[in-house]
Amino acid sequence: MKTRRFLPLLPMLTLLAMIGPVLAGLYGTVLPAFGHLPAAGLYGPTLAPFETLFAWQGLPRAMFLSVWVGLASTAISLLIVALIMAGWSGTRAFAVLERLLSPLLSVPHAAAAFGFAFLISPSGWISRALSPSITGWDRPPDLLIVQDPWALSMIAGLVVKEVPFLLLITLAAIGQADTKRSATIVQALGYRRLTGWLKSVFPLVYKQIKLPVYVVLVYAMSVVDVAVILGPNTPSTLSVQIVKLMSDPNLAMRLQAAAGALIQLGLVIGALLFWRSGERVFRSLGSAWVLSGRRGKLDTIVGQFGLCLGVLCAFSILFGIAALAVWSFAGYWGFPDLLPDQFVLKNWLRHGDGMLAATWETALIGGVATLAALALTVGCLEAEYRYKLRVTSRGMLLLYLPLLVPQTAFLPGLQTLMLNLGLEVGRGPVIFAHLVFVLPYVFLSLADPFRAWDSRMGTIAAALGASPDQVLWSVRLPMLLRPILTAAAVGLAVSVGQYLPTLLIGGGRIETLTTEAVALVSGGDRRAIGVYGLMQTAAALVPFSLALLIPAIVWRNRSGLQHG
Amino acid sequence: MDKGLELRDVVITKGGVQLLAISKSIASGEVLSIMGPSGVGKSTLLAYITGTLAPDFEAVGRIVLDGHDITNAPPHARRVGILFQDDLLFPHMSVGANLSFGLRAGGTKAERQQKVLNALEEVGLAGFSERDPATLSGGQKARVALMRMLLSEPCALLLDEPFSRLDAALRAQVRELVFARAKVRALPVVLVTHDEEDARAAGGDIVTFLPS
Repeated sequence: MKTRRFLPLLPMLTLLAMIGPVLAGLYGTVLPAFGHLPAAGLYGPTLAPFETLFAWQGLPRAMFLSVWVGLASTAISLLIVALIMAGWSGTRAFAVLERLLSPLLSVPHAAAAFGFAFLISPSGWISRALSPSITGWDRPPDLLIVQDPWALSMIAGLVVKEVPFLLLITLAAIGQADTKRSATIVQALGYRRLTGWLKSVFPLVYKQIKLPVYVVLVYAMSVVDVAVILGPNTPSTLSVQIVKLMSDPNLAMRLQAAAGALIQLGLVIGALLFWRSGERVFRSLGSAWVLSGRRGKLDTIVGQFGLCLGVLCAFSILFGIAALAVWSFAGYWGFPDLLPDQFVLKNWLRHGDGMLAATWETALIGGVATLAALALTVGCLEAEYRYKLRVTSRGMLLLYLPLLVPQTAFLPGLQTLMLNLGLEVGRGPVIFAHLVFVLPYVFLSLADPFRAWDSRMGTIAAALGASPDQVLWSVRLPMLLRPILTAAAVGLAVSVGQYLPTLLIGGGRIETLTTEAVALVSGGDRRAIGVYGLMQTAAALVPFSLALLIPAIVWRNRSGLQHG
Repeated sequence: MDKGLELRDVVITKGGVQLLAISKSIASGEVLSIMGPSGVGKSTLLAYITGTLAPDFEAVGRIVLDGHDITNAPPHARRVGILFQDDLLFPHMSVGANLSFGLRAGGTKAERQQKVLNALEEVGLAGFSERDPATLSGGQKARVALMRMLLSEPCALLLDEPFSRLDAALRAQVRELVFARAKVRALPVVLVTHDEEDARAAGGDIVTFLPS
C-alpha cells in the first residue's frame, strides 16, 4: 500500500532533485551579481559587481579562453570520433580500440589531466624518452608546455578524455539506427567506406548524439579542475577565476564571482547557439557534398589518420595513469632517466592517512549519492512501466538540463543562497549537489536496459499471482542485476570525479580524493600527485570491475544471464 | 454460479478503429481456438483478459471468470494463466525455484517442496529441480513453463501460440500434454494460433478473425 502512494511521486521527486538545485543556484547567482548579499550586509540592485569585474584587465582573455577551449576541444573530439567510426566501425581494429577506450571512460578528468601533464611536460615521460639522444637535453628545457597561454595542452587533455565518451555514446546511438545495412548499400553504390559512412550514416547518428555533444561543449567551457591542472594562469579561464573569487575570505568578492558566473552562463548560451548555427552550415555543405556524388579519394589516408588519433588518445590516458603509478612509487628520479633509481613505498606511507581519509569521504559521498540516484531512477522507470507513461523528448531534455547548465554558473549561487539562508555547508549538501550530476548519468545508463526487459516476463509473473512489487523485486531487478551494477559504477565514477560541487558546497572543508589531488597542483609534489591521482583512478575503476565480477559470480550457474 | 470463462460483448479498438469484437462462453474443460493473420488483434484480446492491455488500445466489454467479473481486477488477482510461444522461464532461478514461484502460497516448506517435485515428475522431469533453465531443451522448457503455470492454480488458461517455436514432432507431444493437463483440471482454455492443426487438435470451437 505504501508503495502505491509513494511510487507516483517519484518522477516529480527525481525532477526536483535534479532541477531544483540548478534553478535555486541560478537564482542565488542573479541576486549577488546585482549587488544583493544580505549575509555580507550588502543590498542591491546595483551594477557595481559587473563594473568591478569589467575593470579587471584579464577578463576579455579569460572569456576568450573559455570559448576557445570549449569549441576547439569539442570540435576536435567530434572529428576524431567521426573519422574512427566512419573508417573503422565493424572492423577488428575498431573492436580493439573500443575495448581499449571503454574502461578509460571512467577515469576521472583530474587524474587523466595529471597523467597527461606527466607525459607532455618538459620533464615528462616523452621528453625523457627523447633525451638526450634526440633532443640533446640533459636537463628539463625551460618551455611552457603545460599551462601554455593558448591552452593547447588543456585542449589536448580534454580531447583525450572526451573521445572515449563520445565514441561510446555514438556506439549506443548506432545500435538504434539501422546503420549496418545502409553502410552496405552505399558501399555497393561504389562509395568507399569512410565517405559512404560520413554521407549516409553520420547525419542520422549526429541527430541522436547532439545532446551529449552539447554536454561536452558546456563541460569543456566551464571545467575547473582540468583548467587548474593544464590550463593557463595568466590569466586563467573564466571558470577558474570565478572559483578564485568564491574562495576569497572577503565575502564582497562573491558579488564579482556571481557576476562572472552570469557572464559564464551567457558565454555558454552564446557558444551553444554558435555551435547550432555551425550545424546548419555543415548540413548544407554536407548535402552539397552528398549531391556531388564524389566517392572519396583520400579515404584510406584520412581513415588511418583518424585511427592513429584514437589510439593516441587511448595511449595518452593509459601511459598517463602509468606515469602516476611510477611517480607514486618513485624514489630519486633524475632527468632524463626513463625510470626512477628505485621504487619505494615511502610516498604511500607518508600520504597514507590523508589518502585513506579522503578515500573514505569519497566512497561515502559517492555511495550515498549513487544509492539515492538508483532508487529514484528505478522508481521513475517502474512508475513509467506500471502507469504506462511515455517519456517525451522534452522530458529527455530535462534530464540533460543539469549537464547543460555550466557548473560554475549555478554552484556559486547555490553556495551563496545557502549562506543567505543560514544553511550549513558540509557533507549532506555535498551529497545532494553530487546527486544533481549523478542522477542523469545513472538514469541514462539504466533506462535502456530497464525498458528493454521483456514485459511478457511481468505478464507471466502476474498471471502466476505475483503482485507488482513482487514482480519488481524478485523478477525484474534480479534479472537486471548487471545493468543496475553498471549504472551504479557509472554513478560512482561521476561522483568521484566531481571537483566543483565538493569544493563549493562543502565550503572547502570536505576533502575527497579529487579535491585533495587538485589542491596539490600549486605545490607541484609529483609523488603526492601520483598517490592521489592513482587512488582517484582506482576509486572510479574498481566499481566497474565489480560491476562485471559480481553478476558473473552471482549468476555463475545461470547461463541465461551470462550475456544479458 | 457458472463455471468457465465468459467474454461478454468484448470490443477492442485502436485509435478509434475496431480491431475485433467477440462474445463467447468457454465452459470448463473446453477450448476456444482463435485464428487469423498477424496484426488482427488476437494477442491483444489475450492481453485484455490478463489485464495487461497496452495503452494504445482501448477495450470495452466484460470478462467473467467462474461467475466473478474480473474486468477491472489487477493482473495478479485474476487467476488467469497464460503461456507464450517462448517459455519465459525466469533465467535467474533454478527450475525448482521457477516452479516454487508459481506455486500458490501456503503449506509447509516440506509440502511445497514435495508439490514441486511431484509436478516435475508428472511431466517426466524428475531430478531437474536444481538445473539452470537455460540448459534445458526446448521441449523440457515448455513442460516446466506449463507446470509452473498450473501450480499457480489458475481458473482459466490462455495460450498465445505456445507451440510455434517447437519442431513438428515435439509440437504434437507438448500440445497433447497441455490440453490433457488443462482437461484434468477442468480449465477453460483460449488458444491463439496460426496453425489449423493446433486448432483441430484442440477440438473446440474455432473463431477466425479477418483484417477489418
